[in-house]
Amino acid sequence: MGLVPGLIKGLGVTGGTMLRTIFPDGLKKPIPNPVKGAETVQYPHEKESPPTRARGVIALHEENCTACMLCARECPDWCIYIEGHKEKAPPRRAGGKPRKVNAIDRFDIDFALCMFCGICVDVCPFDALFWSPEYEFSEPRIADLLHDKSRLAEWMETVPAFEAYEAGSEAKVKQVPPT
Amino acid sequence: MSASLNIIGELAYWQQTGIRVGAGLAAVLLIAGTLVYLHLFKLVSFMQSRLGPMEAGPFGSLQLLAEVGKFLQKEDIFPRKADRFVFAAAPFVVLMSTFLLVVVVPGGPDAWFIDTELGIYLAMAVSSISVIGILMAGWGSASKYSMLGGLRATGQLIAYELPLILAVIGVVIQAGTMNMQGIVFAQAEGSIFGWDGIGNPYILTQGVAFLIFMIAMQAELTQAPFDMPIAESELVSGYMTEYSGMRFLLFFIGEFATAGVFSAVAAVLFLGGWYIPGIDPNDNIMNVLGPLVMLVKIVGLTFVVFWARFTFPRFREDQLQKLAWKVLIPLALANIVVTGILKVAF
Repeated sequence: MGLVPGLIKGLGVTGGTMLRTIFPDGLKKPIPNPVKGAETVQYPHEKESPPTRARGVIALHEENCTACMLCARECPDWCIYIEGHKEKAPPRRAGGKPRKVNAIDRFDIDFALCMFCGICVDVCPFDALFWSPEYEFSEPRIADLLHDKSRLAEWMETVPAFEAYEAGSEAKVKQVPPT
Repeated sequence: MSASLNIIGELAYWQQTGIRVGAGLAAVLLIAGTLVYLHLFKLVSFMQSRLGPMEAGPFGSLQLLAEVGKFLQKEDIFPRKADRFVFAAAPFVVLMSTFLLVVVVPGGPDAWFIDTELGIYLAMAVSSISVIGILMAGWGSASKYSMLGGLRATGQLIAYELPLILAVIGVVIQAGTMNMQGIVFAQAEGSIFGWDGIGNPYILTQGVAFLIFMIAMQAELTQAPFDMPIAESELVSGYMTEYSGMRFLLFFIGEFATAGVFSAVAAVLFLGGWYIPGIDPNDNIMNVLGPLVMLVKIVGLTFVVFWARFTFPRFREDQLQKLAWKVLIPLALANIVVTGILKVAF
């Protein structure tokens, strides 16, 4: 393409985008309505719904956690804080010995440090951590970004239900606990 | 002579001057504000399929006040090694060139700031003052980025001053006057092959000159694709790097006010100025309608400037100089020769 046709084509692209934004219904019905024509969303007033599997925030299913500390140790930022204790649990079978299980006292993720790499979710052997598409958890103070286990458990409700893998794949089905 | 001129003529000199200063401030600042809101905030946003500011006032119309307030409350920082006087004065020199430029632009048969035979010559001369201001900013900042930006700006502005002036000469030859009012009247009283329905806007006969003028104007305003001096990816912000607060705001106003004023000059030279076809140009009503016509033409021409600014990528330094010296200047000279021959022939 020659120089001058190229320049004119470039002007056409930007000018065309402008007209499409101002007149979303086409030039035959020239009613200026840029709010409809623009690709962007006026965020606080209207919200885009993120994709179902969006990696928004990390949610905790507390019953599955055994305080094994794998997530805390694998975390590149060391932003997971776990404290736990051992508890007696009823035996599996009648007449058996009471089991010892780990219960967590504290499970905090410092989202000021977290870089959302998802290694903790991958590494958890007991399926206690999940990605939630929730994204509105900013705080005015940076210290308030340290979210505790009750907050992480609230996000568990927004975790989408598991969808079966497509036919033919023999992958392990990850059990999502009923919410 | 109309009534309005008589009223102004009876005032004392200082009163006339006060009115002219007030009108000049309004002409520069209101136009700059309009351009920033309409073009930079809105139309450019639409070109990128977004909405621009929407929160401050209806459709973000008060965003400009918020921006000015933000700049005014910022700290006025001087770099430690800066040449303090030169650094402080530079934005005012740039803005001064804009305010001096607007005085030659007429808005109606009696709505003018100064009516001098030098006219367009004066405009071209004072528009060069901004080069000094930019070089002062580049040198006074005592910063590598500013220095390089200032030098690039100087090289570019000098290179594009020539095609700008040479393009104007064609119009001056055809109109037979350098007086801006005279150029408007020459266009209003002209005719296209005997048909004088719309006068004879010089864009028809001086189309080449108009094209050269618009390209050179884009470069004079250091708008993209001619924004080498403030290339943000290599020079941070060029000669404006070290400026903050009020002084940065002055550069900002200067940039957009100059866009408006240069468009006004182009409107007078090529689009017939404040003349409306069908209305006697000496009619008193033109003192009211004329400025509005000029405003419409300014907005239209600056739209082209901003359209090109947000469409084309930046020139490399050698391409920039090549375009000025090897393409625009020879073309402008040829235009002068052809115009001169045709002027003598007809």
